[in-house]
Amino acid sequence: MRAETALKGRSFINALDLSPEEYEALFRLAEEIRHRPGDFAEACKGKLLATLFFEPSTRTRLSFEAAMLRLGGQVLSVADPQTSSVAKGESLADTIRTVAGYADLIVIRHPKEGAAQLAARYSPVPVINGGDGAREHPTQTLTDLYTIRTLKGRLSHLTVAFCGDLRYGRTVHSLLRALCRYPGIRFFLISPEELRLPEPLREELQAQGIAYHEMEQMEEALPQADVLYMTRVQKERFFNEEDYLRLRDFYVLTPERLQLLRGDALVMHPLPRVTEIAYAVDSDPRAVYFQQARLGMYARMALIASLLGVV
Amino acid sequence: MLRVDPIQEGIVLDHIKAGLGMRIFQELGLAEKGLPVALLMNVPSTKLGRKDMIKITGVLDLDLTKLGLLDPGITVNYIRGGAVVRKVKPGLPERVVGLIRCRNPRCITSTETYVVPEFVLVNPAAKEYRCSFCGERLRV
Ligand SMILES: [Zn+2]
Repeated sequence: MRAETALKGRSFINALDLSPEEYEALFRLAEEIRHRPGDFAEACKGKLLATLFFEPSTRTRLSFEAAMLRLGGQVLSVADPQTSSVAKGESLADTIRTVAGYADLIVIRHPKEGAAQLAARYSPVPVINGGDGAREHPTQTLTDLYTIRTLKGRLSHLTVAFCGDLRYGRTVHSLLRALCRYPGIRFFLISPEELRLPEPLREELQAQGIAYHEMEQMEEALPQADVLYMTRVQKERFFNEEDYLRLRDFYVLTPERLQLLRGDALVMHPLPRVTEIAYAVDSDPRAVYFQQARLGMYARMALIASLLGVV
Repeated sequence: MLRVDPIQEGIVLDHIKAGLGMRIFQELGLAEKGLPVALLMNVPSTKLGRKDMIKITGVLDLDLTKLGLLDPGITVNYIRGGAVVRKVKPGLPERVVGLIRCRNPRCITSTETYVVPEFVLVNPAAKEYRCSFCGERLRV
């Protein structure tokens, strides 16, 4: 049995729900789809994907919708939960069971943590977590892993530098945990003191014997990094404006800093970008964040096709 | 020393950590069951120094998950014909359904209140559980 067929009927709620082998199967399928899209253009014909977004995220929703449409499937959207039955007090369980009666697959995004888990328990069809509160956004992790796997050719023996808000950034936490499952991984954690990686996560790294170095400035890490993962440093995370203004510039990737980065390194970002990567960096071949977003669509296509069992 | 006659048919909760007897007595609702019950506190114990005990005469269906959660060191002795016929040490339950609620205000179970909370034991030494929905850790 192909590993991706083992995903049929399952839900994808947490990034670590899938084993490294299952991720690898998705990457292989995503590569097939990317190189021979015509072979998959009708893979999901007659299938319906419902996207239930209880908070706005145009980017994530578009990525899922593009993925489903490119597989020949169709999409049903609740774009504005304010005008839907949810605003009239319907329970999430009832909404899910109703929608599951119409659709073959549900993508849910919700401000509450654990909402996707709840949805999966009530849904007779597979559920994909499109982000629940500050906790999980597993298809971003799928996208990030696939990008590294594709552009670096491997997920092991890498030095990955995370830069910016390491305290609240769920994409960072999730990718970091997923990478820990591969051998020879080393981390540079670049952040202001206020936005350090949370202690429980640092303890997890220690318990697993993963090498990591924390630092406040990126200069030291850049020459050694295979991947530089940038995140937004948001003003509202700081106690006062002075600290924010003082620190902000340390976490901006400028063309000057880019020169310190190795020639084969990758600069990644979950997007949207604000000021943390200078526009002048975009034309550099190492800046792969828009490529990353596009690869994310192929990764989602592989995921959708596998959960629906059409491959 | 204070004496309570040995029971013929019933349950003896032994090795209750001293001071927890009253709480367990209340949590199990023993006063309302209409059965003869004795709560003994600060009983000398070779194992614990001091312990509490509860003796219940009659047949009662105990929630062992709840008992294990309240005091994982407890021993439940089932008595028939004046002799112990079964000894159970519930310990910390691996999975707790209902009984405790998630304290994370951002957890989906805080608004979707029809959902039965569920926790999984992640660190027995620290008596730490994880919410099956939001992942929040909770010490009991
Ligand atoms: Zn919870």
